[in-house]
Amino acid sequence: MSTVLLAAQQAGELKAGLQSIGAGIVYGAAAIGPGIGIGLVVGNAIQAMARQPEMQGTIRTTMFLGIAFTEALALFGFVLFFLAKS
Amino acid sequence: MPLLGAFTFPPIDELFRWKDIWFAGTPLAINKTVLLVLISSALICILMIGGSRKKALRPGPVQNVVEMTYEFIDNGITKDVVGHDATRYTPFLGTLFLFILFLNIWEVIPALQFPPTARMGIPGFLALMVYVLYLYTGFRYQGFKYLTGHLFPPGVPIALYILVTPIEFVQLFLVRPFSLAVRLLANMMAGHILLTALALLTAYALTHNPGILKVIAVGPFLLNVGVTGFEILVAFLQAYIFTLLTAVYLGDALHPEH
Repeated sequence: MSTVLLAAQQAGELKAGLQSIGAGIVYGAAAIGPGIGIGLVVGNAIQAMARQPEMQGTIRTTMFLGIAFTEALALFGFVLFFLAKS
Repeated sequence: MPLLGAFTFPPIDELFRWKDIWFAGTPLAINKTVLLVLISSALICILMIGGSRKKALRPGPVQNVVEMTYEFIDNGITKDVVGHDATRYTPFLGTLFLFILFLNIWEVIPALQFPPTARMGIPGFLALMVYVLYLYTGFRYQGFKYLTGHLFPPGVPIALYILVTPIEFVQLFLVRPFSLAVRLLANMMAGHILLTALALLTAYALTHNPGILKVIAVGPFLLNVGVTGFEILVAFLQAYIFTLLTAVYLGDALHPEH
């Protein structure tokens, strides 16, 4: 009897542990692509601003747009992190 | 000896679920989130109406701030992004910007320190409003061409429509409103969790360490100060980005070319 209870308890702990690992991997993996993407967007925007300082305003607006679209993927991962944990 | 060893973080619900203050148990229950929303709405009304009532030729400080905000929305967002003929959208975009900004900024106001935008109700509802508005605008000004222009973009080989059309459909009807809401929510939520974690670490290091080892609390405390400054930037940026994306979707609904 007690071994059955112990096994059940261990299974529960195992499930919680695996859930935590899964949640961690979800967010970590979701952050890779957007990290690279935002780097590319901002880097190229800075280059464009340095080449044509008079276009700074337009470039900055477009840069924020690009960041927003790229960042959305990472944030989906952030939400999935909470969904996977609970 | 526990330096920062046995620190446990409270469950997420503890940080975001507030107890009802008034009318508890009814659908109209008021908790801290609702109260902050009501207060910020009142503050925006007082600021904008009070600042634009006198229209002095030499503006005072309040009128100056109000006029600068209007200029910023009208020039920087409406005319640049929606289009030069779209000044009628400035009141909507300005209200959106100020509302989100005032709600976000509660995150760093001492003693209150909770952004109401970190609960799904508010960003979700704002995104729903924008969703209905841009679809209505698109169908009203372009008719059915709004849909076909999006689902079958010109200049794409016909065989590729098998791939492009479903993606564009999901993008137009699902990803846009969802990402609009989630972007604001997740940014404010992450900021709130980060600030709470650093504050709790500081308190834990102060209370659980003996004597001179209390010095270790300096680390998380300084980090907390720095992150608070960063969160002010994030509050402005998220309000700006939400308004900017709304403007992009509206401009796309008004003029097919952009």
